[in-house]
Amino acid sequence: MSDLSDTAQEVHDDLSEHVDATVDDVEARLEKLVTEYKVPVDEARRSVENHYLDEAGLDRDELAGGGGNATVEVEDVDEAEQWVDITAKVVELWEPRSDSVGQVGLLGDPTGTIKFTKWAKSDLANLEEGKTYRLGNVVTDEYQGRYSVKLNKTTTIEEVDEEFEVGDNEDEVEGALVDVQSGSGLIKRCPEEDCTRVLQNGRCNEHGEVEGEFDLRIKGVLDDGTDVHEVIFDEEATEDLTGIGLEEAKQMAKDALDTTVVADEMRAKILGKYYRVTGPTFGRYVLANETELLDDPADPESVLIRARSI
Amino acid sequence: MSGAPTREVARRVFAAEFNDATFTFKESDDERAPLYALLPTGERANRVFVSGTLTETEDIGEDSEYWRGRVVDPTGTFFVYAGQYQPEAASTLRDAETPTYVAVVGKPRTFETDDGSVNVSLRPESITMVEEAVRDRWVVEAAERTLDRIEAFDEEGNEYAERARAEYGEDLSAYRNAVLEALEDFDVQKTTPSSSAAHQNS
Repeated sequence: MSDLSDTAQEVHDDLSEHVDATVDDVEARLEKLVTEYKVPVDEARRSVENHYLDEAGLDRDELAGGGGNATVEVEDVDEAEQWVDITAKVVELWEPRSDSVGQVGLLGDPTGTIKFTKWAKSDLANLEEGKTYRLGNVVTDEYQGRYSVKLNKTTTIEEVDEEFEVGDNEDEVEGALVDVQSGSGLIKRCPEEDCTRVLQNGRCNEHGEVEGEFDLRIKGVLDDGTDVHEVIFDEEATEDLTGIGLEEAKQMAKDALDTTVVADEMRAKILGKYYRVTGPTFGRYVLANETELLDDPADPESVLIRARSI
Repeated sequence: MSGAPTREVARRVFAAEFNDATFTFKESDDERAPLYALLPTGERANRVFVSGTLTETEDIGEDSEYWRGRVVDPTGTFFVYAGQYQPEAASTLRDAETPTYVAVVGKPRTFETDDGSVNVSLRPESITMVEEAVRDRWVVEAAERTLDRIEAFDEEGNEYAERARAEYGEDLSAYRNAVLEALEDFDVQKTTPSSSAAHQNS
C-alpha cells in the first residue's frame, strides 16, 4: 500500500504547520476509508484533510501554498516553466517598456535577486518597493541563460513581515583591461526626474537639450584570453580604480577646456593591467562592486611543470 | 545580445608564434568582415594582447609620422606600427623613453616584403606603460594559453588546428620550446621588497 503511505505523507506535509498528527495517524485514517469503506483515494484524502482542518478550526483556503507548489529560493530557480511559490522583497521597480506589462522589476531573497514581470491583464495588486511578499503560483522563465519569474492571474500576493538582507548573487570576472569604451570618463547625465540617460553632445534621447549633471563612469572590457566581459564602473568604483574623483575630474576638464582629457588620463592609468571584479550582472554588463588589481608576483612553476609534461 | 557583433577575444601569443602567423583570412565575403591571422598552434586571432619591453622606437614615416616600436618578449620581438589612424598609440611611441615595460592591445597585420617573404606586425589599439608585474603575469598567461592550444591541436573537430596543419605543418615543438624558454627565463632571483629589507637588517 505504498500509494496510501505516499498520500499520507503528502497530507501530513501540507498540514504539518497547523495540525499535530503523525504520518501513521493520517495513514490509518486513509486506510480505513479506502480499504474498509471502499472510498476512492482522492475522496478519502479530501475527507481526511477536512477532518484535520475541522479539528484545527481552519478553512481549506488558509492552507499555505494551496496548490502544492514547491516553495523555492531565488538561487534555486534554474529551469523555465516551473510553477513555484517564492517569498521575496521588491528590490527595485523598473519602468515597463510595454503596455502589456503592469509591473517589472527585481525581487530578492537572501540567496540572490531575480527579475519579475507582472502582466497588466492579470489584474493583480501593485507591489511596492522595499516590501516583502509571499507570491504563490508564479511561473519561472528563462531568456539567454537568465531566469525570471512571471506573475499571472492565479498568483496570490500576500505581504509578509520578514526582514532579511537581499543576497547579491554576484559574479566574479578577471582578466586584462583591454579597452575603455566611449562614454567613459567624465560624462553628463540628464537631470530630469527618473532619467539618468547619458547625454550625447548635450542632448538627452528622451528630453532633448538639457543642462547635464556631471558623473564619472567607465565602460571597460576585461579579457582573459578566452572570454570577454564588459564591466561598468560607477562614480565610486571609477574613483577606486583610477584614483581620480569627480571634483578632480571636473577641474582637469576645466583646465584643459575639454572633458575627454579625463578618459585619456584614466586610460593611461588602467589599460593593460589585470583586475578581478565582482558585482551583479545586468544584461551584458557586470556592475563593479569590488575591484582588485592583480599585481601579486606571477608564479610560473605550475605552468612549467605542465609544459614539461606535454 | 540583440544582433550586436560580439567583441573578439584578445589572444595571448608569444612573439615566436605570432611572427610565424603569416596566413590571414576572413570568415565571409563581406568587405567589413573581421580579418583573422591563423596561429600555427591552431586558433584564429583577430586581436591579441601582448606585454614586453619596448626597446626602440623610430619614426619611419616619409610624409607623415609613422612610428615603429619593438616590443620584446622572452621568445622574440613584436613589431608595432602606429600612424595617423592610431594617434594615441603613435603619441605613446613618440613620447616613450625606452626601455620600458608596455602592454599592447592590437590587431595582427601582414605585409609582403620586396623579396616576397611575409612579415607579421601588430597594429595597436592601445599601448600603455605598465609595471613589471603585468609583464610577468602576461608571460605566465601566454604560456598557459599556448599550452591550451597545443593540447587541443589533435582534438577531433578543431577546425583551426586542421587549417593550421594544412598551412604550416604539424610540428609544434618550436612553440612548446618557446613556452619552456619563456618560463625558465623567469628571473627566479627576484626578491620581494620584504625579503630584501630583511637582508639589509642582517
